[in-house]
Amino acid sequence: MPALNDYLLVSGLLFSIGLAGVVLRRNIIIVFMCLELMLSAANLTLVAFSRFNVADNGLPDYNGQMLVFFVITVAAAEVAVGLAIIVALYRARQTIHTDELVSLKG
Amino acid sequence: MPSYLFWLFSTIMLIGAVAVIAFRNPVSSALAMVTSFVGLAALFIGLSAFFVGVIQILVYSGAIMVLFLFIIMLLDLKDEKKRSESFAPLVAGLALVGVFFIQLMGVLSNKLPHQVAPTIDKASLAAAAGDFKEGSKINEALASGSLPDVHLIGHTLFTEYNLPLQILGVLLLVSTVGVVVLSKRQTN
Repeated sequence: MPALNDYLLVSGLLFSIGLAGVVLRRNIIIVFMCLELMLSAANLTLVAFSRFNVADNGLPDYNGQMLVFFVITVAAAEVAVGLAIIVALYRARQTIHTDELVSLKG
Repeated sequence: MPSYLFWLFSTIMLIGAVAVIAFRNPVSSALAMVTSFVGLAALFIGLSAFFVGVIQILVYSGAIMVLFLFIIMLLDLKDEKKRSESFAPLVAGLALVGVFFIQLMGVLSNKLPHQVAPTIDKASLAAAAGDFKEGSKINEALASGSLPDVHLIGHTLFTEYNLPLQILGVLLLVSTVGVVVLSKRQTN
């Protein structure tokens, strides 16, 4: 049986990979996908804690899984709005590379 | 879940995640992401969170990644060209991730007790049946020794979390309207 530490380690690794992608990649769609990876890493932590910290009646703690449900729904809404913004951006600038979008640079 | 399955699905998930940032072609990245999410859903199911595992596949691998693929193909992106990468952001990014990872290892290195999941077997499930109304589906399923995961989630969602659920509905409506406004062709 894997212990709680193993789940936390794997989810931390997934978060690190997502963070590396956000910092290193220049394609804004890939950056957006890596944001989703980081959200999923948080979800894995929540579900692991929900399973390892059982409620008084011996069932898994469903408050953690409720938070995962809300995170997934908000992520779906966020992806829809974000991709619409990317399409509008591409229409205006014909590029989605973050180092070519410098009009906000001071 | 047996240990070897845990490590198998974790490896699939992590390799998929690394492939997302390693591939140059955005379509390959999106498909690697689907692999990663399938591994993650298997981990959820191994934690006996069946409902979360299923919506992970349906919503993430199904809806969200199809939306990503649709946009990638709509914009007709080419492979990223090898560009003369400035050195500073690369080093800074790797250093940031490295520091985070070292911090993580410091926290996790045998400071926490080696906690194993509490067992959920027929006896403990049957004991929990008394908390729910006699004759309800949850009560019957628990008494017969199976975990009615979807029923329990629905029960929690529509009792304790009813107000957040309504707010979430408003959020989805607002985001739908926002997407329509954003993607309407602007007229000068």
